[in-house]
Amino acid sequence: MTEQIKVDLKLDLKGLLCPLPIVKLSQAIKELPVGAVIEGVATDPGVMADVPAWAKSTGQELISIEQQGKEYRFLIKKVK
Amino acid sequence: MENNKLSMVVFSGDMDKLMAAFIIATGAAASGMEVTMFFTFWGLQAIKKRERTGKSFFGRLLGFMLKDINGVGPSKMNFGGIGRWMFKKMMKAKNVALLDQLRDMAVQLGVKLVPCQMSMEVMEISPENLISGVSAPVGVASFLEEARNSKITLFI
Repeated sequence: MTEQIKVDLKLDLKGLLCPLPIVKLSQAIKELPVGAVIEGVATDPGVMADVPAWAKSTGQELISIEQQGKEYRFLIKKVK
Repeated sequence: MENNKLSMVVFSGDMDKLMAAFIIATGAAASGMEVTMFFTFWGLQAIKKRERTGKSFFGRLLGFMLKDINGVGPSKMNFGGIGRWMFKKMMKAKNVALLDQLRDMAVQLGVKLVPCQMSMEVMEISPENLISGVSAPVGVASFLEEARNSKITLFI
């Protein structure tokens, strides 16, 4: 990796199903300042579609999302 | 300003349909939408306390049949309560939020829960019979006003 992204908050979403991952994500991001980065780890395959959709509708930045075995890891940056 | 509202009529008192309603409502609120849910007829069970309602003979008869959010059964395969029990067991096993938890979450996220005045009158449900956190009862004009300004409207 050329640049290391600093994670401000790690969010454990393992074992949670729809709509809890995005509910927890939206509650967590409210508490953070603009520019902060959240790293989320979930086990619900639905987040692969839902986290990008959530980012799109809230206007927050999705830095990355990927599957690692049975887990789904994503980075969201609060931009507003 | 960009319109970012969702208005929903919750007519059904079925467990599965209420699940859909509250999942959409919490999801929308989590995505930054302003959400209003209007509860009418059987849907009122979702915001009712677990207590008997009604004053007249028919009102009390109906009050005997009405449930609270933990008592409602699925629209199919309830089999006198077995379906409800089975669904709850399966949902717990999968770690899905139960209906009352979803409702609490909706309130926490700022979803407005609005009862329909007319159906409360007909069914003899008084505001004291409803859970705390519910708005004052309104009529159809209030719903239409809200719906006119909404990007998404649903009838469940």
